[in-house]
Amino acid sequence: MGHKLAAGFCLAISLGAVTAAANAATIEPQDVVIREAEVESSLTGSPGDPAAGSKWFKSRKLGNCLACHGNRDQIGEPFHGDIGPPLDGVADRYSEGELRAILVNAKSVFGPDTIMPGFYRVFDGQRVRKEFQGKPVLTATQVEDVIAYLKTLKEE
Amino acid sequence: MVMRTKIALLSAAAAGLVMSGYAFALPEGVDTVQVTATAKDHPLGELYSGWHFRTPETQALQQDDFENPGFLWVEQGAELWETVDGSEQKSCASCHEDAADSMATTGAQMPKWNEALGKPVNLEQQINMCRSERMGAKPWKWESSELLSMTSFVRNQSRGTPVEVQIDGPMTPWFEKGKDLYNTRVGQLDLACVNCHQNYYGQSIRADRLSQGQSNGFPTYRLKWQKIGSLHRRFKGCMDQVRAEPYKVGSDEFLALELYVNWRGQGLPVEAPAVRQ
Ligand code: HEC
Ligand code: HEC
Repeated sequence: MGHKLAAGFCLAISLGAVTAAANAATIEPQDVVIREAEVESSLTGSPGDPAAGSKWFKSRKLGNCLACHGNRDQIGEPFHGDIGPPLDGVADRYSEGELRAILVNAKSVFGPDTIMPGFYRVFDGQRVRKEFQGKPVLTATQVEDVIAYLKTLKEE
Repeated sequence: MVMRTKIALLSAAAAGLVMSGYAFALPEGVDTVQVTATAKDHPLGELYSGWHFRTPETQALQQDDFENPGFLWVEQGAELWETVDGSEQKSCASCHEDAADSMATTGAQMPKWNEALGKPVNLEQQINMCRSERMGAKPWKWESSELLSMTSFVRNQSRGTPVEVQIDGPMTPWFEKGKDLYNTRVGQLDLACVNCHQNYYGQSIRADRLSQGQSNGFPTYRLKWQKIGSLHRRFKGCMDQVRAEPYKVGSDEFLALELYVNWRGQGLPVEAPAVRQ
């Protein structure tokens, strides 16, 4: 057990080192500061791409936001869930920093009991499958892309 | 020979279970039974079989024994019940005779405490203990067609019998362990059984309508698997979904979880073999 934990931790560090080298501005999951339900600046240092964000939103392998949320824009998709609220108009309800905090760690905004996963966090010691150990669900770039997409969801 | 009676859930209703409305929308034309939780500290008020949450087509498939594909396994189990095997030259029937009598409640009461082992055993484990200890035969592999057939056949004998498992006495630590596992978030998605099956049943996760995650239908024929599967296989699937490393089928962890999940469905009639999406 202790051994496994240690291995996961090393992996996290080495992965962190690689991405940090590739993009000096990227903030690692364990370094993100959530203050008053907001994460002020971009995780990558630059704005995301809304078209890519829309893709991650519906991808079953990545964000899979559609598993729980629907919105008018995605209504052409065959199935969406209704566990979370529809995201129409979400850009009017939340600032960019708030949306970023929701995505990074929904529990920091909705409380510890929320069903919505944190998408930019790393968990140790809770039976995370090997291939996902030390990795957040989305990369920093993907989180920024999804935020850029959410910012297009305004009430008419 | 398997009796192909259409018991549906009505006999369970006749046996004194409560009929009433729903807290959420069911597909039109669906009329069914719900059970009010009896235990004081039960986390759910009303208990629903997973059957309630399926489409009318899937529900109908389960209720027609001639159409229900799970009966292929029940029938194979009926044959194995009579089949002599092992060094003792015995079959299940040599000891237990007519399963319709001897197994009428067994399926609703597992896992049961086993004094000799000092731990609970579930149906799969009991069947394999009978094979190795009484028949001198090799235990069947978990999820093998033989073990699935036998569990389907035995559980089917208890169809309509309300689930009733012991949780007091020596079972208590196992119950507590199961409860703990049910409420512990695991995997990259950091979710526990309770997050989906207690807080959001009746709502949809992508195309799947969430049930209360009850166990009364197992072994269950899944259209997606194109075969029947054990409860532990389903647990494994749910852990996979949240990107967690599942426990092994037949492990103490899944045994404890089975005990706790069965208790959450205490009073629901056994439906095996159920049909699910
Ligand atoms: C397993 C379910 C689930 C998944 C997957 C999920 N969410 Fe959520 N989300 C919720 C729930 C439930 C809420 C409401 C808050 C609560 O009850 O905890 C919520 C709330 C939100 C809100 C606030 C909405 C409002 O109007 O208040 C946003 C924004 C959001 N989610 C975005 C996302 C995005 C983007 C993704 C994918 C990257 C995602 N969610 C994936 C369940 C989920
Ligand atoms: C991310 C959501 C999620 C989590 C977490 C989850 N499940 Fe499930 N579970 C499902 C879905 C979806 C199904 C299929 C639809 C249904 O029957 O509810 C299902 C089905 C089941 C079933 C079959 C019910 C039936 O009637 O056929 C059981 C039993 C079950 N889950 C138990 C568990 C247990 C025990 C855990 C924790 C180890 C768990 N689930 C965790 C989503 C989840």
